[in-house]
Amino acid sequence: MCNSRETLRHRNRGGVPSPIAGSVSTFGVLVTESLKLSPLDAIHRALGALFTDFAGWDMPVRYSSDLAEHHAVRTAAGIFDLSHMAEIYMVGPGAGAALDFALSGTLSNIPLGRAKYSLLLNDEGCILDDLVVYRTGDEEFLVVANAGNRFVAVEAIRERARGFECVVRDDSDSVALVAIQGPNSFDILDNIDGLEVDGLAELGYYRCLSATFRGTAVLIGRTGYTGEDGFELYIPATDAAEFWRAATVAGETRGLQACGLACRDTLRLEAGMPLYGHELNSFLKPVQVNAARAVDLTKDNFVGRDGVTAGVSAGAAVLVGLRSDGKRAGRADYAVQSNGRTIGTVTSGALSPTLGYPIAFALVEPDFAKLGTVVDIDVRGTAIPATVVSLPFYSRKARA
Amino acid sequence: MSIPAELQYTSEHEWVRIDGDLAVVGITQYAADALGDIVFVDLPKVGKAITAGSVVGEAESTKSVGELFAPVSGDIVEANQSVVDSPELVNSDPYGTGWLFSVRVSSLGDLISADAYAALIAE
Repeated sequence: MCNSRETLRHRNRGGVPSPIAGSVSTFGVLVTESLKLSPLDAIHRALGALFTDFAGWDMPVRYSSDLAEHHAVRTAAGIFDLSHMAEIYMVGPGAGAALDFALSGTLSNIPLGRAKYSLLLNDEGCILDDLVVYRTGDEEFLVVANAGNRFVAVEAIRERARGFECVVRDDSDSVALVAIQGPNSFDILDNIDGLEVDGLAELGYYRCLSATFRGTAVLIGRTGYTGEDGFELYIPATDAAEFWRAATVAGETRGLQACGLACRDTLRLEAGMPLYGHELNSFLKPVQVNAARAVDLTKDNFVGRDGVTAGVSAGAAVLVGLRSDGKRAGRADYAVQSNGRTIGTVTSGALSPTLGYPIAFALVEPDFAKLGTVVDIDVRGTAIPATVVSLPFYSRKARA
Repeated sequence: MSIPAELQYTSEHEWVRIDGDLAVVGITQYAADALGDIVFVDLPKVGKAITAGSVVGEAESTKSVGELFAPVSGDIVEANQSVVDSPELVNSDPYGTGWLFSVRVSSLGDLISADAYAALIAE
């Protein structure tokens, strides 16, 4: 048994395979010094979590069962420590203009209290990172980047912001991020002792507002990476443990489950959300990965514009969703074939815990991207038929 | 971490219960915990001749795949249909109802004691 393969790109200190798809080994920075610890590390250890090296951070993979954690988010609620994510503040009268130049979308015109998904492109129009930008003040934005791309993102944004009236501040080490996701998440936040917030019930998806937790300023976004209703709370690292404990108390009667990065990956996959290093990388343009909507070509000048408008070559791979029958899932790096010829590669895949059948993202030749096209996934030597289906794989019922 | 003293083990995190010329095989709790929730097992067919050290099946969790190696040489007597139908048994009862297959043994592979296995995973 064991010597588990492919998706197991990292090993934790015990030599146990650490099943995390979000590895930075392929495209990101390989961190060799000692692992960073989350401000919530002691809590995770007390809960008995299994840990993994995620972009240089020692983060929980799961606390007990990743399936139970997955189902908790779909049916009740889960609490995640995402303190490894990078928080970059842009402050000053030129912050909006700097972001418009630095990123693919138009950020300067989003109203206070809104969030927007955007891309950091290179000169060739390929994707260096995907990010969420919150407008937190008239002259202040919070840019949240992937942990594995933190230094790439900070460096690129700093460079691009030069000449604009704005300061770029990397607060990643001093800001913790806690996500509470799932149908009960509002009810839980509404009952956290010490969380003072107005207008949470009315807060729409991809909106954010300022609040306080026991006197400390926090930012709450109605955002997430699970496909469920949920919130992400940015809080000073020094206050994160107290918040987690208070949330746990409020969640006791509301089905709240501590959730690790393993279930976060299957949740986002079901929800059709890309993961950097898998569905997105610095060789892919937005149009190949269904992300053209994040690029605003009405802007005259931004980094990557020429590369995007140059388009892609005729045979350039495109991202599709695949569904199979049975239980055998394609996984990252498995070949996608048609009549025995390799026509693409799986970028992420799993037996969907919610749907009960295997699902996968794959980059395939454009001739095979049409909905309903049947291909094969080479699952360790066995051809498993898969059908191109629309994304997302899973969608929650619209909130009432 | 449960490592029953009466069983023998392999460095591939499998356990073997020898009774005469019959060997019952499963994966250890350590391996099951490391894989996470097991959602699919692929077991060798009854009657198949297996050679110690060769790959004879797979155990998949949502996030990873583990190969099953033959810990002994011989012929497959039985494959546990209960774990095919309910792979979670491997997590909940790895040394009991979560057993994987049994073998009519012709020769043993490299098996180690419970103490040696405990030392191995403590490394």
